[in-house]
Amino acid sequence: MGMLEAILLTIATASTPLLIAALGELVVERSGVLNLGTEGMMLMGAVTGFGVALSTGSPWLGALAAILVGAVFSLLFGILALSFVTNQVATGLALTLLGTGFSGMLGVGFVGQPGVRMTNIYIPGLSDLPLVGRLLFGQDPLFYLSIVLVIAVSWFLFRTRAGLTLRAVGDNHGSAHALGISVIGIRYLAVMFGGACAGLAGAQLSLVYTPQWVENMTAGRGWIALALVVFASWRPWRVLAGAYLFGAITIAQLHIQAINLGDLSFLPGPLYALAAGVKSLPSQFLSALPYLATVLVLVLISRNKRLTMMNTPASLGSAFVPDR
Amino acid sequence: MGGTVSAHHDAETLLEVRGLTKIFGTLKACDNVDLNIAKGEIHALLGENGAGKSTLVKMLFGSLEPYSGQILWQGQPVAITSPGVAKKLGIGMVFQHFSLFEALSAAENIALSLDDGAPIGQIAAKARALSYSYGLPLDPDSLVGDLSVGERQRIEIIRCLLQTPQLIILDEPTSVLTPQEADKLFETLERLRAEGKSILYISHRLEEVKRICDRATVLRHGKVVGHCNPREETAASLARMMVGSEVKSVVRAPLEGIAQAQTLLEINGLSRKPATPFSVPLTNIRLAVRAGEVIGIAGVAGNGQGEFFEAISGEARQSDAAAVRIRGKDAGRLDITGRRLLGAAFVPEERLGHGAAPRMKLSENLLLSRHATDGKAFVGTGGVTKSASIYNAAQRIIEVMDVRKSAPDPEAAALSGGNLQKFIVGRELDRSPAVMVVNQPTWGVDAGAAAHIRQALIELARAGSAVLVISQDLDELFEISDAIAVMHNGTLSAPMPAAEATLEKIGLLMGGAEPGHAPHEGEAA
Repeated sequence: MGMLEAILLTIATASTPLLIAALGELVVERSGVLNLGTEGMMLMGAVTGFGVALSTGSPWLGALAAILVGAVFSLLFGILALSFVTNQVATGLALTLLGTGFSGMLGVGFVGQPGVRMTNIYIPGLSDLPLVGRLLFGQDPLFYLSIVLVIAVSWFLFRTRAGLTLRAVGDNHGSAHALGISVIGIRYLAVMFGGACAGLAGAQLSLVYTPQWVENMTAGRGWIALALVVFASWRPWRVLAGAYLFGAITIAQLHIQAINLGDLSFLPGPLYALAAGVKSLPSQFLSALPYLATVLVLVLISRNKRLTMMNTPASLGSAFVPDR
Repeated sequence: MGGTVSAHHDAETLLEVRGLTKIFGTLKACDNVDLNIAKGEIHALLGENGAGKSTLVKMLFGSLEPYSGQILWQGQPVAITSPGVAKKLGIGMVFQHFSLFEALSAAENIALSLDDGAPIGQIAAKARALSYSYGLPLDPDSLVGDLSVGERQRIEIIRCLLQTPQLIILDEPTSVLTPQEADKLFETLERLRAEGKSILYISHRLEEVKRICDRATVLRHGKVVGHCNPREETAASLARMMVGSEVKSVVRAPLEGIAQAQTLLEINGLSRKPATPFSVPLTNIRLAVRAGEVIGIAGVAGNGQGEFFEAISGEARQSDAAAVRIRGKDAGRLDITGRRLLGAAFVPEERLGHGAAPRMKLSENLLLSRHATDGKAFVGTGGVTKSASIYNAAQRIIEVMDVRKSAPDPEAAALSGGNLQKFIVGRELDRSPAVMVVNQPTWGVDAGAAAHIRQALIELARAGSAVLVISQDLDELFEISDAIAVMHNGTLSAPMPAAEATLEKIGLLMGGAEPGHAPHEGEAA
C-alpha cells in the first residue's frame, strides 16, 4: 500500500464520524429543532459501543447499542425541549455536559483496555483495483453506511411525502399545525434519528477510528458536525463535501507537521518552496487550518442568498406550543 | 326578499353550532354562540376585530378546543379535535394569511394538505387543471415565496377545493385582493354555491357581504347579536349591529390653496435593491407631499409598500441623500432619529416590535421614540431621564386619543391592538410633526378607534402638515386622502386627485395596468 493510498484511507476514516453525526443533525434542524447535544450524544455512543463490543466480542452489537443509546439519550432532549418547551439552546448544551460527564463515569473501567475493531469489508475483485480499490471497496462497514445515509437522507427529504412534511414543519410550524400535521410528533422522530446518528458516529470513533476508550474522545467533533450543517446550508451532499474537506485537511496537516523537509528534496523547486513555507508556519496555525478552510469554502459555496434562504428551516430553534 | 334567499331558508342544515363557548383566561372570546349553516348557502360571519370570529372559526376547524357547547354536522354531534378531523368531515378552510410554506413550491404546499400520498407530479397536474377550470390560473411549480398575495390565495383556494369539502370557510379573503381580483373570487364562490357547497364567509367589508351573502350572523364581544339577510340591510345598519352604536363618520374639510403650498416631503427617484430574496425592489419612485394634504398609497400587500416605508423612515438608508427630502433638506442618508429631528414622524405597520417595545411601559415607549426630538423636555443633565414629565406626557396622549387601558401606565403588550395603535399614533401627533408617514394606520383596529385615528390624521394635515398614508384598505384611503397613488411591483403611479379617483381606476392600477399619468394639480400644469 502506497503512502498516498494510506493517507486517503485515513481521510475517509476521519471524515465518516463527522458525516454521520452531521446528517443526523441535518434532519433534526430541517424539522425546525436545534439540538446542540450532538457532542454529548456522540460520547454516549462511543462509550456504549466500546463497552458492548468489549463484553460481547461483537463490534456489530456495539454499534447497534450505540445507536439505541444515542436515540434514547436524545429522547431526553425531546421530552424537555418539545414537550416541556424548554429553551432548545440551553437544553442542548445541558445534554452535551451530561453526556460528557456520564460517559466519563461509565468508561472509567475501559480506559487503557484494548478494544475490538470492526473489520473491513473487502469486495472481491474491486478492492484490488490500484489506488481507488481499497479506498472505495475495502473499507469498514460504517464508511459504506455513511455514504448510503447521504443518499437516503437526500432522497427522503426531497423525494418523499414524509420528507416534504418534515421540511414543512421546519419551515412554518404554525401552518403545519393548522393543516393537521403533528408538529411535535414529527419533531420527536427527527430528534431521535439525530440521536441515533450521533450515537453511531461516536461508536465509529471507539470501534473503527481508534478502537479504544479515552475520556472525551470526540474532541469537539460534535461541534464540527453542527457547524458543518449550517455552513452546508442544510443540504446532504454539501455536508458530505464539508466533512471530507475537513477530514482531508486534518490528515494533511498532520502529515505536514510530521514530515522531514529533507525527504522532500526530490520535489521540483516551487513545490519544495511551498512545502517549506507551509512547514515554517506555527503548528497551532496548521492545527487550526481544517476549521478555517472548511468554514471558508462552505461560506463561499453558500453565497447564493436565494438558495440559502430556501434551504434554511425558518422556524429553526423556535418553540412550538399549539394554542388549544 | 329574493327568491334564492327564501329557498335557502328551507334547505337542509349542514352545520349547526349550539352554545359554543371559548374562554381565554378571564376573557370570554366566544360566549354561547349559535350558528346555522344550510347546504348551498353563502353565510356571512360579521363582526369587528376581537368580536370572536376567528376564535369561532378555529373551533370549527379543530385548531381550538371549545370550552363548552356542541357542534352538529349533518345532524350528528361531532367532536372536531384537530384540523385533520375537520378535513375528514368535509370542512375546508382558506386562511387569511400565514398558512403557506414560503420555501416550498405551490404543488408541494398543496400536497401537504392532501392525505392520499399521490406523487407530486400528479397533484401538480390536478391542481393546474382545477385552477384553470375555475379561472384561477396557477403554476404549480412556482415557489410560494415568489408569488403575490393574490396568487398565494389562489393556492389556498385550490388546495381547499382539491379536498372536495362540503363547507368552505373563508377568513377575510378580499383584504389582500384588488377589486378586480375580488370580483373573480365572488364568481368562484357563486359557482361553488351553485354546485351545492356551503360557504362561511368572514368579513368586515359590508358592501361585499351585501353583494354575495344569503344570510349573516353578527358577533359582538363574543356574543351573537343578530341574524339578518344582508341584502335587506344597508351598510350603515349592518355597521350599527357590529359596533353596537353609530359610528361617527370622518369629516374631510375641503383642501384650499394647495397649489401654493410648500412641499414638505419629497421623494426623488428612490430605488432600492431587494433586501431579501422574497422582497420587492423599488424603482425610481417620485412623490411630493405638500403642507395641508393627505396622500394615500394604495396597493395589494407585498408590492413594495413595506420597503417604501422603511426607505422613507430611515430604517433603511439610501446612498443618494437627495432621494428623500424632508422640509427641503436632504435626508436620504440620515437615520430615523436624524429624520425625526427634521420634523418627520413615522408610524410603522407592526405595532409590537416596530411601533412599540412590547414589554415596556407606555411612558418608556414614549421616551424611546422621542428622547432625541424632545430631549429638553424628557432628559435632564447628565442623561438622567425626567420620569415625571415623561409620565405626564404619556397621560396627555392617552387622554387625547382616548386610549382604554387597565392600569395607569401599562406595558405596551397589555393593550388591545386598537388601543395601542391609538397610543402610537397619538405619540407622534403630540409632537405636531411637519411630516407624518403612517403605514396601515388602522389595521386590526375597531371601527370607532379607526374613525378617531383617521380624523386625527386629516386634522393634522389641515393644520399645515404633510401626511402620507400607506394602506391596503381602499375604503380608508378614499375616506381620508386628497390624492391616491398606487404602488405596484415596486413602482408608484402619479397621485390621482380624490375627485377623479374611482374604485375601478385604482383597482386597475393595483392590478398592474399601465399607470395613466393623471396630472397632479399644480404639478405638470
